Amino acid sequence: MAHEVELQTAGNMWKVMVKPGDTVAAGDTLFIMEVMKMEVPHEAPADGVVRAVNIHEGDEGLDAGFIAVVID
Amino acid sequence: MNKILIANRGEIACRVLRSAHALGARTVAVYSDADRDALHVASAHEAVHIGPAKAAESYLNVEALLAAAASTGATAIHPGYGFLAENAAFAARVIAAGLVWVGPTPEQIDAMGDKERARRSASAAGLPVVPGSPRFALDELEGLEAAAAAVGYPLLVKASAGGGGIGMRLVEGEAQLRKTTQATQSMAARSFGDGTIFLERYIPRARHVEIQVFGFGDGRAIHLFERDCSIQRRYQKVVEETRAPGLPDAVRAQMANAATALAASQHYRGAGTVEFIVDAETFEFFFLEMNTRIQVEHPITECVTGLDLVELQLRLAGGEALAGLTQAQVKLTGHAVECRLYAENPAKMFLPSPGKLVKFQLPSPGDGVRVDTGVREGDTITPYYDPMLAKIICHAPTRAAALAKMTLALAATQVEGIWTNVEFLRRVIAHPAFERGAVFTGFIEAHKADLLA
Repeated sequence: MAHEVELQTAGNMWKVMVKPGDTVAAGDTLFIMEVMKMEVPHEAPADGVVRAVNIHEGDEGLDAGFIAVVID
Repeated sequence: MNKILIANRGEIACRVLRSAHALGARTVAVYSDADRDALHVASAHEAVHIGPAKAAESYLNVEALLAAAASTGATAIHPGYGFLAENAAFAARVIAAGLVWVGPTPEQIDAMGDKERARRSASAAGLPVVPGSPRFALDELEGLEAAAAAVGYPLLVKASAGGGGIGMRLVEGEAQLRKTTQATQSMAARSFGDGTIFLERYIPRARHVEIQVFGFGDGRAIHLFERDCSIQRRYQKVVEETRAPGLPDAVRAQMANAATALAASQHYRGAGTVEFIVDAETFEFFFLEMNTRIQVEHPITECVTGLDLVELQLRLAGGEALAGLTQAQVKLTGHAVECRLYAENPAKMFLPSPGKLVKFQLPSPGDGVRVDTGVREGDTITPYYDPMLAKIICHAPTRAAALAKMTLALAATQVEGIWTNVEFLRRVIAHPAFERGAVFTGFIEAHKADLLA
């Protein structure tokens, strides 16, 4: 079952830790946004393999709800 | 000092503009790409674009700021708080460019800006300090465990260049020490360009009480009483008040005198704040740090003293001796509380919430209510800067009356389009423990079931 990881908030992309094909465990940090001087980490909701990474480090003006990473 | 450039944005830029205009000065605002239509830009006589949205390329861009001052013929720069306000190199550049720097001397900023050096100065001036370690540079952790044992657990790992709770982590025991220290160092290196840290004893039930001081630059200094800023989330202040509830008068006086002595010993110039950590049980107090700038929560002090701190900053920087302003002249009336309205979702770990202010209704100012803001309905809150939307300040003869006024003010506050902490603030003000004055820095964590449910 595919899990879509959405951005919890609008903001900028600070660090992306995964690339397609990576194996991740539930709770692993996938990427960290930088929003209003605060780091906002996003974690893998389940074990799986990263199918898609739709964000890049340095992206600005991202919207909340955008599907950033897909895990299978 | 006939033309003042405000090297800042948001509510503090608007706040400084207000006092500058009251003194009859011309003003220059600066703005990034994200702030073209911001309130502070519209409020100044002139405005200069200084770069892209990212603060590092605009509000922290020394060359762009100095160029803006030169092109507009500004004669002075007020830095507000945050950004370059406590950057000694910037202050020195401003002065070297022949402009008036509205703030302490670069040497004073340097002496207090580095927390470990500040502790030594405070200690030398007779102030009690929390047990702490020498500094450890990035990846040079030889002797860390022994230093930690000497400080005692639990302890905080603190970035030397940090501030406002940023760059500070708790360690309960030796098992976590090295890992947490390394994580703090890499974060500090990234955020501040300096990975140096030190260790400091952690007081489990602590209050954060600070003394507002004002120095005249010639060894004279006064205090404007204390502020209790114990209600914090993520080590950042949410609610502040003066007087500090339940603090014995003798302790207040000792802290105020100690802070004044420190400012006097430094020949401190301008507005500053001496922060103390106070043991909520024993009322023992320890020097934490000195902030060499106007503070976010300065309005509550203005309410109870009737003084305008920004006006005093500007007049002192403009060359006035302010000889009439003696300690005996500073009188305190009533009690004042400030709530910081943030664009964030308390229920989701205070997750920041940028977006459009579809509705933005604040309480009407007057009759003991003051509102400081830098945004208005229809504005978009961008992800680039601080999440604070407004400060709501209430002043009344007693603490109970000030809290009652705040309850009404928060009821009148309505924001739509983004998440805010307004309901959270209402619950803090109404909480029985807060009403009792049982405040400490762990208040929100301890009462989160009531505050966040």
